[in-house]
Amino acid sequence: MIELKNINYTYGGGTTQQIHALKDVSLQIPDGQFIGLIGHTGSGKSTLIQHLNGLVKATSGDILYNGQSIYAEGFSMKGLRSKVGLVFQYPEHQLFETDVFTDVCFGPKNLGLDAEEIRARAREALDLVGLDESYDKVSPFELSGGQKRRVAIAGVLAMKPDVLILDEPTAGLDPKGRDEILDQVAKLHRERGITVVLVSHSMEDVAKYVDRIIVMNHGQVAFDGVPKEVFRHYQELETMGLAAPQVTYIVQALRAKGFPIGEDITTVEEAKAAILQVVGGKR
Amino acid sequence: MIRDITIGQYYPADSLLHRLDPRVKLLGTLVFIVSLFIADSWLGYVLAAAFLALMIRLSNVPLKFMLRGLKAVMILLLISVGFNIFLTDGEHVLLEFWIIKITWEGVKQALFMGTRLIFLIMGSSLMTLTTTPNQLTDGLETGLGFLKKIHVPIHEIAMMMSIALRFIPILIEETDKIMKAQMARGADFETGGLIQKAKALVPILVPLFISSFRRATDLAMAMEARCYNGGDRTKMKPLKYETRDYITYVVFAIYLALMILVGRL
Ligand SMILES: Nc1ncnc2c1ncn2[C@@H]1O[C@H](COP(=O)(O)OP(=O)(O)OP(=O)(O)O)[C@@H](O)[C@H]1O
Ligand SMILES: [Mg+2]
Repeated sequence: MIELKNINYTYGGGTTQQIHALKDVSLQIPDGQFIGLIGHTGSGKSTLIQHLNGLVKATSGDILYNGQSIYAEGFSMKGLRSKVGLVFQYPEHQLFETDVFTDVCFGPKNLGLDAEEIRARAREALDLVGLDESYDKVSPFELSGGQKRRVAIAGVLAMKPDVLILDEPTAGLDPKGRDEILDQVAKLHRERGITVVLVSHSMEDVAKYVDRIIVMNHGQVAFDGVPKEVFRHYQELETMGLAAPQVTYIVQALRAKGFPIGEDITTVEEAKAAILQVVGGKR
Repeated sequence: MIRDITIGQYYPADSLLHRLDPRVKLLGTLVFIVSLFIADSWLGYVLAAAFLALMIRLSNVPLKFMLRGLKAVMILLLISVGFNIFLTDGEHVLLEFWIIKITWEGVKQALFMGTRLIFLIMGSSLMTLTTTPNQLTDGLETGLGFLKKIHVPIHEIAMMMSIALRFIPILIEETDKIMKAQMARGADFETGGLIQKAKALVPILVPLFISSFRRATDLAMAMEARCYNGGDRTKMKPLKYETRDYITYVVFAIYLALMILVGRL
C-alpha cells in the first residue's frame, strides 16, 4: 500500500523558471490493483510516479509505504526501489551491458543476491517478457526497438518488485507490439498479484486492462475511479485534451437517438453485445 | 547536483547586458581576462572586483546563481592555490618543517592566483549567462569574419561551437534521466571507494555515449535534409551595433586603460 499525502513538487526551485508540476496530490494505491494513470502531455504523470520510489523528493507532503514514511530518517531508499519497480519512458535508452542477459542481471546484482539467484531471476524475467535463451548472448544494441524495451522491462522485473510502474511502455510501438506488452503486464498482474500502475495517453489502451483510472490535469488529480465512472465525464476529459474510448462516443450517440443501451459500456466487446441485444430485440 | 554546472548556461532575464551586441560582450570578456593578467597588485584586484561587481549588478543575474557555478570548479581552484602556496620560494618564511615551506610570497601568489581564477570564471560565465548560444556564435562568426580571408573556416567553427553549446543542457538532462533509471534498478553512485564509484559510472556513460551518437547522426541527417552545406548563408537577424554598444566599448577601453595605469602599482 502506497499513500500520498498532499504532495507538491516544483521544478527549478531557486531559478526564474519554476514549474509547479504537482499540486496537492493525495492518493492511495492499495496492493494488487491495476491502475491506469492518464493525462495530457505535461500533466505531471512522470513526475508523480518518480515520487513513488523516492527518485524525486516532494517539495512538501509525505509518502507512506506500508504505513512508513519514506522520507523518515533511516528509511532505506534502496529497499524501496527494489519493492517499487519503475520502468521509465523509453527504457531502452538505459541498456548498457554487452549482452542481454548481463544487462537484466544488473538490478538483482545491485540487491546483493548470490550469483545463482541472480541468474535464475534474470532468466525468469526474460521469460516473462517473452524472450527465450537465444537472445541471452545478443548485444542489446542489435535488437529492434520493441525487443530492447522488453529487455529493459525485464531488467526491472528481475528485481521482483511488489509494485510495477510503467511509464508509457507502449510509446512508439506498433499495435501488435503494444498489445503484446500490455497483455504480458496484465498476465503478470493476474498471476503474481502485483500492483501495476500503467501510465498512458491512451484511454483505449487502458480501458481494457485496468480496475481504476486516475486522470491527471495540470498537476492535479482530476478524476479517480473505475473506468466507466471516469468515462462518463467524457466531455470534461475532452477539455483536458483527452478522449474516452471511441465506443463511448458510439454508445452516447445511440443513446441520444433513443436506443436503450446502458451508458457504462467501455469496451468494444460490451458494446457489441449490447447493440446486438437491442437490434435483436427489435427484429 | 549535476544541474549546478552553470558554465555555458543561459540565464533568461531582461537587462542591459542581455541586450548588448554579442560582439561587445565577447571582446569585453577578452579585455576583462587580459586585465586580470595585467593586475599584479591589491589595487588592481580591487579595480577588477569593482568592475565585475558592476557588471553582475547590471546583468540581473542573481549572485547566488553565479556562485553555484564556482562550486563545480572548486577542486581545480584548490589545486592551483595549493601549488602556489607550497611551491613558491621567497624570503619571508612563515612556516617551515620537514619539506614543507610556506612563504609570505607564496601565500600572496596563491591569493592572487585564486582570485584571478575566480574572477576569470565568473567573468566568462557572466558572458554565457547573458548571451544565448546562438547569439554567441553569431557574434563569433561576424566578429572573426575577417579570418575567412586567410581561409580559416570560421563559419564551420562557429557552427560546431553552437551545436556543442546547444547540447550541453540536453546532455545534462539526459544524464539526469539515465541516472534515475539506473537508480530505479538499484544502482548506487554514492557509497564505495574510488574504484567502485568509477565502476558505477559505466551504466551512465555507456547509454550517454550511445544517445550522443544517435543524436549526432539524427542532427546531421536533419541538416543534410535541409540542404545545409556550410558556406554563404544570409542571416534572419544580422547583428547591428546600437548606441549602447559603442558606449560599452568606450567603458571597456577606459577600464583597460585604468588597469594598465594602476594595476601594477
Ligand atoms: N527535469 C525537468 N525540469 C524542469 N521541468 C520539468 C522537468 N521534467 C518535467 N518538467 C515539467 O513538469 C511538468 C510535468 O512534466 P511530466 O514529465 O511529469 O509530464 P508527463 O505527464 O509525464 O508528460 P508526458 O506525457 O509528455 O510524458 C511539465 O510542465 C514539464 O515541463
Ligand atoms: Mg512522462
